[in-house]
Amino acid sequence: MANEVILLDFWPSMFGMRTRIALREKGVEFEYREEDLRNKSPLLLQMNPIHKKIPVLIHNGKPVNESIIQVQYIDEVWSHKNPILPSDPYQRAQARFWADFIDKKLYDAQRKVWATKGEEQEAGKKDFIEILKTLESELGDKPYFGGDDFGYVDIALIGFYTWFPAYEKFANFSIESEVPKLIAWVKKCLQRESVAKSLPDPEKVTEFVSELRKKFVPE
Amino acid sequence: MATEDVKLIGSWASVFVMRAKIALHLKSISYEFLQETFGSKSELLLKSNPVHKKMPVLIHADKPVCESNIIVQYIDEAWNSSGPSILPSHPYDRAIARFWAAYIDDQWFISLRSILTAQGEEEKKASIAQVEERTELLEKAFNDCSKGKPFFNGDHIGYLDIALGSFLGWWRVVELDANHKFLDETKTPSLAKWAERFCDDPAVKPIMPEITKLAEFARKLFPKPQA
Repeated sequence: MANEVILLDFWPSMFGMRTRIALREKGVEFEYREEDLRNKSPLLLQMNPIHKKIPVLIHNGKPVNESIIQVQYIDEVWSHKNPILPSDPYQRAQARFWADFIDKKLYDAQRKVWATKGEEQEAGKKDFIEILKTLESELGDKPYFGGDDFGYVDIALIGFYTWFPAYEKFANFSIESEVPKLIAWVKKCLQRESVAKSLPDPEKVTEFVSELRKKFVPE
Repeated sequence: MATEDVKLIGSWASVFVMRAKIALHLKSISYEFLQETFGSKSELLLKSNPVHKKMPVLIHADKPVCESNIIVQYIDEAWNSSGPSILPSHPYDRAIARFWAAYIDDQWFISLRSILTAQGEEEKKASIAQVEERTELLEKAFNDCSKGKPFFNGDHIGYLDIALGSFLGWWRVVELDANHKFLDETKTPSLAKWAERFCDDPAVKPIMPEITKLAEFARKLFPKPQA
């Protein structure tokens, strides 16, 4: 059977970006379908009945859910080029740990930065910066999180960059001044074709977040 | 095959530590178990897991691996030539196993625990209903994944069996506390039988904690408010 790959996604989703990048790293042809999250398609509800969330990867009719699981799946199915996870078991465990750290900590912290105000936002901003500093420290002097090669943790994190200007705008701070090495890593990742093609314009994301913020923080 | 020094930092009562133990037993790996003292964290734990400061931590040739599901995958990969495979071999089956393992930790476990921390009868009833609903999904997942075989992973216990099975002791404690059976032949026929097989497995039986000991520990961890 020919490889049929469909990605149900939502353009500003930092999670969807992971799957887009992984597919492009492997040179996989796929059909991108934009979901309206206020009016989810029957296909989305059928393919992800438990969480009803994007991204959903549909490979030859079978769904794979959860972005970090999709990235591992893509790496295992299309194993012929650009390995995403390293081959050494210990390095793999480290990569999984940091992707898990990003999922457990970064999402909730960043949400407080744009969706709240006052004391709650200040506390969220502090947490958020702390988490970025931890990641920057883990990166160290390496070109990428895994070392010389672009991989799993880079893919897990890079999408959040498109939301940085929004965070800076609504919480009034500069991310580059807090984590300059991390921003240098961002710039390196952006030079990669799979990343450049998969990330939306941060200005458009800021407009989107601006609208979204109004629902949570009526001015 | 790696034969270096293997240590596991944990506690006899922890579900997450149990996952690591089962994986080590499946692969017949000898290890030193370092029991943490209840109420405090050892220097080794804090040094080996500075980010989360939590157990379990597997230390293999002085290198720490953290997070129970990551430890289980590590054990499977580092000792891939000994014992049965813990992760399924097909990428799609692996994706499904990972999905349900994440569901168990992020959703199912949270509602199970909320039964023990519930303030008042109404909250408890709501938590019980939620666990019922989520367990129904796991019953269906079992039927889909096992494809008629004894375990989620097929003929032998694997990643998803370990992810859910490690909860069986605590699950029983919650059933007793709530006076409500979740696993039974009418509501969850497949899971009820699977639970018995899992607990009987030679890699599990010697390390499953005693229910009475666990219940006593639960009373310490989740004290009941004075009436």
